[in-house]
Amino acid sequence: MGMVNLWGPDKIMHHEHFFHAALVYLAAAVISVPLAKRLGLGSVPGYLLAGILIGPFGMGLLGEDTAEVMGFAEFGVVMMLFLVGLELEPKLLWRMRAPIFGLGGMQVVVTAVVVGAVGMMMGLSWQGGVAAGLTLAMSSTAIVLQTLGEKGQMNGAAGRNAFAVLLFQDLAVIPILALLPLLGGSVEGAEVGVLGGLPVWLRGVMGLGAVAAVVAGGRYLVQPVLRWIAQSELRELFTAASLLLVIGIALLMHVVGLSPALGAFLAGVVLAESEYRHELEADLAPFKGLLLGLFFISVGSAMDLGALGARPWVIAGITVGLMVLKAGVLWGIGGRFGMATADRSTFALSLAQGGEFGFVLVAMALQGRIFGEEAGEVIQLGIALSMALTPLLFLFDERVVRPRVSGKVEEEGREADVIDEKHAVLVIGYGRFGHIVGRVMETVGIPCTVLDSDSEQVELLRKIGFKVHYGDATRLELLHAAGAGHAKLAVLTLASVEKSLEIVRLLQRHFPQVRILVRVRGRLEAYELLDAGVEDVFRETLDASLEMAVAGMRHLGVPGHTAVRAARQFRRHDEGAVRRMAAVRHDRTAYLSEARRSVKVLEEVLRSDAVREGRDDGWSERSEK
Amino acid sequence: MMNNDRTKGMRVLVLHAHPAPRRSRVNAALLAAARGVEGVTVRELYEEYPDFFIDVKAEQEVVAAHDVVVMQHPFYWYSTPALVKEWFDEVLTSGWAYGEGGTALRGKRWMHAVSTGGAAESYGPGSEHGFTVRELMAPLEATARLCGMEYLEPFLVQGAGRLSGAEIAEWAGRYAARLAGLRDGDGEPLGA
Repeated sequence: MGMVNLWGPDKIMHHEHFFHAALVYLAAAVISVPLAKRLGLGSVPGYLLAGILIGPFGMGLLGEDTAEVMGFAEFGVVMMLFLVGLELEPKLLWRMRAPIFGLGGMQVVVTAVVVGAVGMMMGLSWQGGVAAGLTLAMSSTAIVLQTLGEKGQMNGAAGRNAFAVLLFQDLAVIPILALLPLLGGSVEGAEVGVLGGLPVWLRGVMGLGAVAAVVAGGRYLVQPVLRWIAQSELRELFTAASLLLVIGIALLMHVVGLSPALGAFLAGVVLAESEYRHELEADLAPFKGLLLGLFFISVGSAMDLGALGARPWVIAGITVGLMVLKAGVLWGIGGRFGMATADRSTFALSLAQGGEFGFVLVAMALQGRIFGEEAGEVIQLGIALSMALTPLLFLFDERVVRPRVSGKVEEEGREADVIDEKHAVLVIGYGRFGHIVGRVMETVGIPCTVLDSDSEQVELLRKIGFKVHYGDATRLELLHAAGAGHAKLAVLTLASVEKSLEIVRLLQRHFPQVRILVRVRGRLEAYELLDAGVEDVFRETLDASLEMAVAGMRHLGVPGHTAVRAARQFRRHDEGAVRRMAAVRHDRTAYLSEARRSVKVLEEVLRSDAVREGRDDGWSERSEK
Repeated sequence: MMNNDRTKGMRVLVLHAHPAPRRSRVNAALLAAARGVEGVTVRELYEEYPDFFIDVKAEQEVVAAHDVVVMQHPFYWYSTPALVKEWFDEVLTSGWAYGEGGTALRGKRWMHAVSTGGAAESYGPGSEHGFTVRELMAPLEATARLCGMEYLEPFLVQGAGRLSGAEIAEWAGRYAARLAGLRDGDGEPLGA
C-alpha cells in the first residue's frame, strides 16, 4: 500500500473530518492566542476564548466529538507534569516534602470542608457535600503552571508553594477516586482500569509495582536505550522515543488505576539527572504546548453557556463565591506558613479556580448518583468559569496587588530560587577545549550548563563525574530548555564553524542578553564570526604558539620578562590586525595594503621594544626618572 | 627554628629583581658576585615569574628556609621594580608574615641591595631628589618592621651609570664580602 492510496478519492473522505477539525482548532489558536498575549493575558485565556468561539455557543464549528478531543488533550497535562518532573531533581523534591504535605494537605482538607459545608447549606446531602468539596478543592495544574511559567514566577516562593499544592492535589486524586464510589453506595464506579475486578489489596500491590517499575526503568533502562537511539543521530527518532516514553508511562499508570500525570511526573524526576534531560525537554515541549492548547480550547468549547443564560445570577454567584472561598483559605494558609505578603497574594489568587481533575470527579459523582444532574451541571460550569477568570486574577495580582506590597517583599526577604538551577553560563561543546573553559569557571564557583552532541563523549564525561547534557544546540528549543533565557554567557567551543555560526545567529535573535564567546581554529574562521558580530573570538592556536615562542626564546637566553613582553606585544598587535582585516578582506586591494601595513607596524613595534630591552647603558637614565 | 645566637651558618637568600638585566652592568656584576658566595641562594624573580604570576607557597617556603633575605634591585621611581611590590602583596600574607599567627618572618634579617642612577649627592635635603635614600625607603623599612624582621642598613651603589668597569668590580667585591658577613652572622641592625 503506497502513499497514493492514502490520498485516493475514497480515503480522502475518511480523513476529511480530521483535517477539518485540525483546521478549525489550529486557526482558532493561531488567531486568538497572539491577541490574548498582546493584551497581556497570557496564552491560556486566548485558548479558552478560541474554544468558546468555535464551540456550540459560538460559531458551532465543531462536530460531536469534543469530549473525545478533550480526553486526548488531557494528555497535554501528563506531558506537562513529565516536563515539570524533569526540572526537579530528586533532592529538590525531597526538600519540598514539607510544603507538599503541609501546605497541600491543609489546602485540600480545609477547602473541602468549607466548600462542602456551603454545599450542604445549599441543599446537598452530606455525601454530596463531601464529593463537591473534594471536587472543588482541586485547582488547575495546567493553567497555573503554564501561567506562572510564562510570567517567570515558577521559581519564586509563590510559584514553588503553588506547585507544592498542585502536586499534593494530584496525589490526592488517587484516594479521592477510590472514595467517591463508596459515598454513592455503589462499587461499580470504582472499577478503574482493567484491574477493576481485582481485590483492593492486590490493586495496591500492582500500583506500587508500577511505580517501582517506572523508577527502576527510568534509572536503569531508559538511559541506555536513549543513548543507543542518540547514537543513530536521527533527530526524529529521538523525538519518537521521547513520546513513546511518556505515552508508555501514562498507559501503564492508567492500567493500574493511578494518575497518569503523577506517573509521568515521577518518571520526569527520575530522569532529571540524566544527560538527555535537555534533549527530552526540547523534544516534548512543542507537543506539550499544542496539547495543552487543545485542552484549553476544549474546556472553552465545553462551557455550557446555555445553562449560564438560564440562571446567570446563581452561576455567577457560585463561581465568584467559589473563588473567594478558595482564595481566602489559601490566603490563611499562606499566612500560617509565613509567606511574604506579595507571595501570599500570588499564591492565593493563582490557585483560586477549579481544576481539570474536577471535571473527572464530577463525572464520577454523577455516575454514582452522589448528587443530581442539576448540581453537577452547576459545579461543572463553576469550574469552567473560574478557570476562565483565572487569567484576570493573575492580572489583578500583577498590576494591582504586587505593586502595592512590593516594598514589603524586601523587608521580609525570603530566600528564592530553590527550583532554579539554570546557570548563568552555557558551555556548548565539551571536548578538549570546552571542558577547560568549564572547569576553570567551576574552580571560582561559576557553575555551567554543559551541552555536547557527541553521545559517546557525553557518556564518558558523565562516567568521570561531569554534569554534561546531550543535545544539538543548533535547535532553539534545546537552547530554551538549557536555560538560554536566563544565561549571561554562552561559550561556544565547537570544532565546526558552520554550527557555531548557526548557534550564534539563534542566540543573537532569541537571547540578545547573552554575551557570546566563540572558539575558532584560525584567521579565516575568525573573520566569519567577526562578520557575524561576535566580539569575543578566540583562535585556538594563538596562545599555544605564543607560549611556545616564549619558551623557545628563553632557552636561547632571552630574559623571561623580555620574551613574555614580545609575545604579548605580538598578540595585541595581531588581535587588532585580524579585526581590521576582517573589515576590508572582501576588497582585495584594501586587504593587501592593510596586510602590508600591518606587517610593517608589527616590525616597528617589536624592534623598538627590542632596542629598549637590549640597551646596555640605558639603565642609569631610567633609574634617574 | 631561628637560632638567636648569631654565630655561624646563617642561610642567606638573595632575591634579584631586574626586568631587563642586560640593561644594567652593575646589577649583572652584583648578581655574579652573589652567585660566587658559598652558602647564598640566589633567585631571579623576573625569570621565575616573567608573567607576574607568583607562586606564593613556593616563595614562602624558600623564605622560611633562610635566615637573611636580601632584596637586590635597581631604584625605580624611588622604590622597587613592580614585581617586587607584587611579591610583597602576594607573599607577605596575613597569618603568615603578620597579623594573628603571622610569625614566619619574626627574627629574620632583611636587607636591600639597591643601585641608584643618581650619585649620592643628588639625594638628601635641598638636593635634586629632595630626600635621603633611607627616607625614600621608609615603606620598605616599615614592611620589615611589621613582619617582625630586623631591618639592616641597605647596601647602596650610587651613580651606577657612570661607574667604570674597575669601579664596578670593586663594588661587586664589597657586595660579596657583605653577603659573606651576613652568612657569618655579622652586621648590625639599622640604628643599633
